[in-house]
Amino acid sequence: MDLLTRLSESLQGGDADQVAELTRQALAAGLAPKPILDQGLIAGMTVVGDRFKAHEIFLPDVLLAAKAMYAGLDLLRPLLAKAGVATGGRVVIGTVRGDLHDIGKNLVAIMLRGAGLEVIDLGKDVAPERFVAAAQEHGAQVIGMSALLTTTMPVMRQVVDLCRERGLYGKVKLIVGGAPLSAEYAREIGADAYCFDGVNAVDVVKRYLGTA
Amino acid sequence: MRPTVHLLSEELIERIVAEARDLLCTLGVEIHNPGVLELLHGHGARIDAAAQRAFFTPDIIDRSLESAPHGFKLYDSLGQEAVDLSGDRTNYTPGSAAITILDHGADRSRRPAAADYVRYAKLMCGLPNLASQSTAFIPQDVPEKIQDSYRLYLSLGFCEKPVVTGCFTVEAFELMKDLQLAVRGSAEALAARPLTIFSCCPTAPIKWSDVTSQNVVDCARFGIPVEYISMPLSGFMAPVTMVGSLIQHTAETLSGVAISQLTRPGTPVLYGGSPAVFDVRYETTPMGDIGTMMIDCAYNEIGKSLGLPTQAYIGLSDAKLLDAQAGFESAAGALLAALSGINNCSGSGMLDFESCFSLEKLVLDNEICGSALHLLRGITPKEDFPARARFEEMLAEGHLLISAHTRRHLRQEHYLPGPVIDRANKSRWAEEGGKTLGERARAEVERLVAAHRPVRLDSGVKQQLTRLMNAAALRAGIDRLPVSI
Ligand code: B1M
Repeated sequence: MDLLTRLSESLQGGDADQVAELTRQALAAGLAPKPILDQGLIAGMTVVGDRFKAHEIFLPDVLLAAKAMYAGLDLLRPLLAKAGVATGGRVVIGTVRGDLHDIGKNLVAIMLRGAGLEVIDLGKDVAPERFVAAAQEHGAQVIGMSALLTTTMPVMRQVVDLCRERGLYGKVKLIVGGAPLSAEYAREIGADAYCFDGVNAVDVVKRYLGTA
Repeated sequence: MRPTVHLLSEELIERIVAEARDLLCTLGVEIHNPGVLELLHGHGARIDAAAQRAFFTPDIIDRSLESAPHGFKLYDSLGQEAVDLSGDRTNYTPGSAAITILDHGADRSRRPAAADYVRYAKLMCGLPNLASQSTAFIPQDVPEKIQDSYRLYLSLGFCEKPVVTGCFTVEAFELMKDLQLAVRGSAEALAARPLTIFSCCPTAPIKWSDVTSQNVVDCARFGIPVEYISMPLSGFMAPVTMVGSLIQHTAETLSGVAISQLTRPGTPVLYGGSPAVFDVRYETTPMGDIGTMMIDCAYNEIGKSLGLPTQAYIGLSDAKLLDAQAGFESAAGALLAALSGINNCSGSGMLDFESCFSLEKLVLDNEICGSALHLLRGITPKEDFPARARFEEMLAEGHLLISAHTRRHLRQEHYLPGPVIDRANKSRWAEEGGKTLGERARAEVERLVAAHRPVRLDSGVKQQLTRLMNAAALRAGIDRLPVSI
């Protein structure tokens, strides 16, 4: 079995030490960081994602694999940056003002990180201004908003409007999620997408970043 | 003999409680409310202000458990006793705060409006097995600021039953308290005859937010009963084991009891919760899962061992439609809750992980609850010994249909459900239209809503309620409520 296949398989098994070790070996063998990332780490995560969707493995297996992926990615990142290869996108995420439900948002953040994205988590009870300022400050491609209360979801519209005001609208993708949300509501307020769960959020963000 | 289910041994309960107490004292409770931290500090808790943590003392816990009442009663809006939350009495109430409503025949739920809420409150008057109403869903045709209080206003305006409710913000409490004061006339009368229970939620693991801890304090100040809704999500925001989740639930709930009792000793409280096992395939919190129900029943035993009345979110379903899954999960929960002796079971009418309300399901659940309450009456002899005379009568008459014994005991011994439960033979069922469960439930909803009689509150009280609500509506930016009482 070649090195990158072994790397992918160790990642699928959630073995972080092994992933780090094989990544080091691959670099020592003279492989470029980009194929190690694509054919080793991302290939492994793709299998994990597919098996999760097919109910062959469960959320803890996915998160463990994601953690293992980072053991490799952390080694590759500086080299990828040097070679000018982008390692994913940046997402600013938070639960909107007045709402203290953050379990779903946290899970989405974990899964986005697991997919190799950089996530700036603003926490809960986040004012519209903070979403927009953080997106500008970090040069995020996506703003993700979560709400679990019917009384707080209108705050999302304020974030959308503020993005319009600041000239971010259309440049930064706006995604929303949470129990009271729906695709219609997302359309109504001018958000780009409604995501019904973490897996879906990863798919949508990857599509926006052109990495799907 | 009352039929009973037990899941925990006394020894296991003791170990769980001891562990929870230890967590409260050594790991502490994160509380995002300076006033509550101050309160605890005043009673001897060590505070880490930077980490917003309070480290409880055994004394705080003991004193709180001593002053918490072992039970209490709820009174309807006319002041009549309506719900007894003590001993092993089981009562049922609808699920609370749904986001959407499912219409009969629809394959998708929709956002509810005030008119839907009025139909719900009217329907509640006709469902005898649901002893209290709850503010079941959120009418979305009023501004967000008054969505929680407007439910209570409509509930009080259209149904006399006491109300299980709660605030979404700190500010909403004021109006929701004033509405109750308008009904009872004074703060003393309200404390003497509680009209509502407020749900207040700790956050997993072992935390209290500013809003919900303030709600606990505000309720205590007026003697308004509180149910603590701790939600350990097993395997995600709580240990995956039942015992581990129970330890967390015990710690979170005891911390709530302490906040109430330190604010005002004797405040009525329910040892409640809405735990769930976390479904690692779908990222969801199934309320219809058997493990979820086991945690509910088990913490009920812990609450009872501490001398407290209990509550649980049980007897509801994760199905999206009024289908067989909805019936199965709701019935399993309602029956288990009854057998465990949970005092207040919240859930009737609810689908989709506490998110969706169905009036038709409420009618079905009323029958499920009626059946469960019948089960609890157990089996006791009623003029059955000696038996010979009865059998001689049957032999002589050929049947016992009109026997005096039958007539005396028929209505207690047999539970006769309403028309939503199909008991006709097949030909009669076909002759009467071959109706599905959904159609029968729908017809029953219409019949009961049409049979509604106005609430017997004084017109002065009704006007006062409307004045309070109108003033809040104006402040929230509308000059007319969609429905007034
Ligand atoms: C950015 O992109 C994205 C993409 C996808 C996104 C996304 C963002 N955000 C979410 N998603 C999606 O992906 C996630 C992963 O699959 C999913 O996230 P979810 O959050 O849906 O799923 C999680 C993994 C698990 N699910 C959850 O964590 C939510 C479950 C339920 C039971 C729930 C919980 C756990 C809690 N609660 Co509350 N709570 C309920 C919830 C019932 C429900 N049906 O949702 C709901 C939402 N709560 C409600 C209420 C009323 C309240 N709660 C409150 C408090 C709490 C707890 C603290 C106890 C706890 C939250 C703990 C925490 N740290 O988050 C209070 C809120 C105070 C406030 N101002 O925020 C309080 C007001 C109760 C009170 N009186 O104290 C109801 C809302 C009613 C309404 N109409 O708006 C409710 C429907 C339950 C009910 N029927 O009463 C998807 O939605």
